[in-house]
Amino acid sequence: MSALTKNNFILKISEITKTVPIDEVGVEERVARLNSRSIKKESKVQALKLALSMIDLTTLEGMDTPGKVIQLCQKAKEPHAALPDLPTVAAVCVYPNMVPVAKKALRGTNINVASVATAFPSGMSTLDAKLEETQQVVEDGADEVDMVISRGEFLKGNYSYVYDEIVAVKEACGDAHLKVILETGELQTYENVRKASDLAMHAGADFIKTSTGKVKPAATQPVTLVMLEAIRDYFYDTGRMVGMKPAGGIRKAKQAIQYLVLVKETLGTDWLTPEYFRFGASSLTNDLLMQIVKQQTGVYQGVEYFSND
Amino acid sequence: MSEDSKQAEAVEEKPYKPTSPSTKLNFDGFWDYDDAPQSADHVEYKDQYELFIGGEFVAPEKDRYFDSLNPATEEKLTSFGEATQQDIDKAVKSARKAFDKSWSTLEPKERGKYIFRLARLIQERAREFAVLESMDGGKPIRESRDVDVPLAAAHFFYYAGWADKLDYAFPGKKAKPLGVAGQIIPWNFPLLMLAWKIAPALATGNTVVLKPAETTSLTALKFAELCQDAGLPDGVVNIVTGAGQTGSAIVNHDDIDKIAFTGSTEVGKIIKKSLAGTDKRYTLELGGKGPNIIFEDAPLDQAVEGIVNAIFFNQGHVCCAGSRLFVQEGIADTVVQKLRDRMETLIVGDPLDKNTDIGAINSEQQYNKINEYLEIGVNEGAEMYQSSCKIPETGYFCRPTLFTNVGQSNRIVQEEIFGPVLTVQTFRTAEEGIEKANNTPYGLAGGVWTDKGSKIFKTGSEIRNGVVWSNTYNKFDPTSPFGGYKESGEGREGGLQGLYPYVNLQ
Repeated sequence: MSALTKNNFILKISEITKTVPIDEVGVEERVARLNSRSIKKESKVQALKLALSMIDLTTLEGMDTPGKVIQLCQKAKEPHAALPDLPTVAAVCVYPNMVPVAKKALRGTNINVASVATAFPSGMSTLDAKLEETQQVVEDGADEVDMVISRGEFLKGNYSYVYDEIVAVKEACGDAHLKVILETGELQTYENVRKASDLAMHAGADFIKTSTGKVKPAATQPVTLVMLEAIRDYFYDTGRMVGMKPAGGIRKAKQAIQYLVLVKETLGTDWLTPEYFRFGASSLTNDLLMQIVKQQTGVYQGVEYFSND
Repeated sequence: MSEDSKQAEAVEEKPYKPTSPSTKLNFDGFWDYDDAPQSADHVEYKDQYELFIGGEFVAPEKDRYFDSLNPATEEKLTSFGEATQQDIDKAVKSARKAFDKSWSTLEPKERGKYIFRLARLIQERAREFAVLESMDGGKPIRESRDVDVPLAAAHFFYYAGWADKLDYAFPGKKAKPLGVAGQIIPWNFPLLMLAWKIAPALATGNTVVLKPAETTSLTALKFAELCQDAGLPDGVVNIVTGAGQTGSAIVNHDDIDKIAFTGSTEVGKIIKKSLAGTDKRYTLELGGKGPNIIFEDAPLDQAVEGIVNAIFFNQGHVCCAGSRLFVQEGIADTVVQKLRDRMETLIVGDPLDKNTDIGAINSEQQYNKINEYLEIGVNEGAEMYQSSCKIPETGYFCRPTLFTNVGQSNRIVQEEIFGPVLTVQTFRTAEEGIEKANNTPYGLAGGVWTDKGSKIFKTGSEIRNGVVWSNTYNKFDPTSPFGGYKESGEGREGGLQGLYPYVNLQ
């Protein structure tokens, strides 16, 4: 998806950001209904492994160290030594200065390195600084860039600013995949979530992502459903598949399966791959592993048998 | 009229045909849910049920029984006694005796206690009732568990509360019970309809003779057991099973003071004829062909969900189903595309599976009737779309079906199908939508979808329906009255209004 031409620019932006009415009660009811799906037996095992393969194993702390990142990469490659047949996670997500460390640790694997950029998590910086940061992480080897939108500008109604910024970051990404973080916890309404999703997709996002994980509430299922429906409408209109990444607050295997049900019944099975769906989570990994072991052995293993990274 | 608007009208008269979309979602194959059946092991039911008269189970006078099938397996589930004239006499006599001797003279708050007890007993045995309801009637366990049974309990709780507060319901008047109520209920919501009938009747001090539908009598007789457990005085509730003739014997019985009927318009008309010239009070809750109107400013994804809920809830066996979809023309293609994709995700199959969205058609008779209508629709030139879902080989199952290219004059648009079959028409102006919506002998329920409050009030008040839902569909609550205009019935059930049909005000 290329940037919009100048001639129809104004019209297009207003078209893209047209308010799509969303009924809050209806969204929440739909989620509740989908949560009542009962996933058992083989379909549960399949879901647990699928969810594992969709994880962006993440560490985004001010006190992150190269050692911690290297250990996280180990976990990404081999989630649980006792179960050698498990899939690896999709990516390891780190701060920009840790990209070279992660890249080196993951050399020779299919696991991507994702880096947050554009003054994560607030996005309160100049466009030049954001572009420079993006170029830097891509140069250092990031396969995926997780940018944040300028929520201040968005809430102000300055949609063209937000749009231009995403287009520019996308350009700076080159071949790297761009995930656009909407920070839905700051967007106030489902209509705004929808609007920001539309804006990001039209500006070229490969993925849209709920949250930084630094703001509460982070990912919720109703917000995710609204975004999935935006992805569906965008697909109906353009034929292009955009990915989805709920991030933050997803800790339990049960929740992960509920998210997969949401994806399956909203967008269909084509989206059920790490190429189009990711979980931004770290503590989820261990619960998934624990449940997989439980499915195989019939008993829960103690938490101390799973590595904390 | 200008030339342009004439042309516009000419275009408008053509039935709506969707354009084929270039993009379609894929719901096939990968990651299908495994079976998740609700266990039925703990549920007990007898091979044969007798009639419940005067507080005990008694054999029918003629000793005739009829079988009841599980529509999902076509296997016999149990059998019920066939009540004939003599049995109805007995039941009415016992109800009359109970009315005179105990129930009408009981302290209102004591009556309330019994009804509260029934409500709690339903709650306590909710899972058992849900499983039986699904086995006997074919509805998905998700619905019997989450809708039918909890709502039935809620109705008893609600009317239990009214029992000693009738003076407040009718200020300045004294509410006197009528006497014996004859109640005939349909097969689509067996226990829930029983609750709708029995709870207000008991709360106001009447006694009842109730006939459940012949294909779904099981939960009514299970409820009879609850009446025994609750210690309800003998004869206050009598349950007689049988088909049309049994119902007719109730309707025509001299010592019955009130008839409450829920069922088809056809039978409703017969009942009304037989009641003409008698002093029996009556309420009729009959058929429907509900319009579901989607304006272009509606929240579309939620509207699609509402359309699905309106027509595919309980296999479409719902008198207030939104079986006629009216979509404003600008969004028709979008809505139909979304609807088709949504229909692909509906799971049709074993009613006891927790993931089933659409269960079995209630009986072979109904199954044949629906298929007849599908044929009629195709012969009328409508375009039929059915979801590609797998359906079980045995049992009565019907794919969710959508008809486009239909006209107002088509039979599938005019007649109640009572199955998972939706017709789609478009409209340009609100006036046109309202006119089409009202162009039906029915007037039970309808839906309006728009983001604009004023449009909700305008359309909602102009479509002649007893119930109008806005931005939702098929929501029920015991506090809310329910009933129809025109051939959809007379009288209201539920809420404060639901007390009127059971009292004489003095």
